[in-house]
Amino acid sequence: MALIQQQVLRRGRTGLAAFGAAWLFFFRVLALLPRAFMRPLLVVEQVYALGNRTVPLVGLAGFFIGLVLALQLYGVLGRFGAASMLGPIIAITVLRELGPVITALLYAGRGGTALASEIGLMRATEQLSAMEMMAVDPVRRIIAPRFAGGIIAVPILNLLFDVVALFGAWMIAILAMHMDQGVFWGNMQASVGFMDDLVNGIIKSFIFGLAVNLVAVFEGFTAQSTAGGVARATTRTVVIASLAIFALDFVATAFMYQGV
Amino acid sequence: MRRSFGLEIGTGLFVLLGIAAVIFLATQTTNLEALNAGATYEVNASFTNVGGLNAGAPVTLAGVKIGQVTGIRLDMQSLQAVVTMRISKRFDRIPADSTAAIETQGLLGDQYVGIIPGGSLDSLKGGDTIHFTQPAIVLEKLINQVMANFASPGGKN
Repeated sequence: MALIQQQVLRRGRTGLAAFGAAWLFFFRVLALLPRAFMRPLLVVEQVYALGNRTVPLVGLAGFFIGLVLALQLYGVLGRFGAASMLGPIIAITVLRELGPVITALLYAGRGGTALASEIGLMRATEQLSAMEMMAVDPVRRIIAPRFAGGIIAVPILNLLFDVVALFGAWMIAILAMHMDQGVFWGNMQASVGFMDDLVNGIIKSFIFGLAVNLVAVFEGFTAQSTAGGVARATTRTVVIASLAIFALDFVATAFMYQGV
Repeated sequence: MRRSFGLEIGTGLFVLLGIAAVIFLATQTTNLEALNAGATYEVNASFTNVGGLNAGAPVTLAGVKIGQVTGIRLDMQSLQAVVTMRISKRFDRIPADSTAAIETQGLLGDQYVGIIPGGSLDSLKGGDTIHFTQPAIVLEKLINQVMANFASPGGKN
């Protein structure tokens, strides 16, 4: 019994220590962020690697989600004679929740893992130590540009996801179900708010981008210098980032939509 | 150099796509356009009961959306609800003696303000008040009345 207690305490302590270390690391990266933009090509490279390369994945996922949403909702709403509400419901769910959350999850799997394994491998092959030897701060040269590129990429990916998902829904509603164009867009414009839905969605996406990229660079930077260590860092990135996205989504929603 | 050039173009395209997406979403899917449609004018109307009317609800004439409700406040002098509506300048020939009614989309749908045109030759202008109004019909009250009529044998019917 006492042994279990000890184990739990020890686990809790190391977990808490890692959490604290991640925050300290976050502030260290934040402080160096302006410096990262002094060499913009490094950031541009990362936006390309993390953003552009994720567009096909996010785009296809958004398209299929739009298709499925429209198919499902058209049937269900039709039963209540409310098919005209298809546009607003899809727009609100996509802009508020599905866009930011699914984009961040996909990004964690595509960009986050790439970041963690790349930085982890740099750690394992002692490239980071070599930099320190040469008096180059690896956080400034390696971490900050990657973090900056990542947090720029995620909200843009989210917006692309939103557009493609609405396009998918539009295809089902107009092309397949022959709904009226005017009803679809008009009702959407009547009930979707610029601040409430679009801007809040972008803010959410930005928060998720911060979280996922922080987890990824932190796990990579603190990875054990072995093949297994890099693998663990990559896995932990996906697990922790996904959970963080869901938890942050709840917190953000609770603050944003108290009375809406 | 060639590689970084292509990379910069790609990244630029990516960011531009993001900006285009914001503009598309803001103008096509949200009520931003309706709010900022530039030329609008405001009219007020007092109701004895606004029911479930909310700011942002559409204002229609003959079923066509011509504006939206921008505010609802209580006038402590008359103890009536004053509804402020913003109507697009395109619809500037609404007779001054029109009636504003709070109507419901379907049986349980959202409430909106319907303008029933009058016959006056004068038109509503910015800052005008619509004098003839019909309050919201509260469904529960109607049902209560019907039930009361059914229940009491000495009722009217």
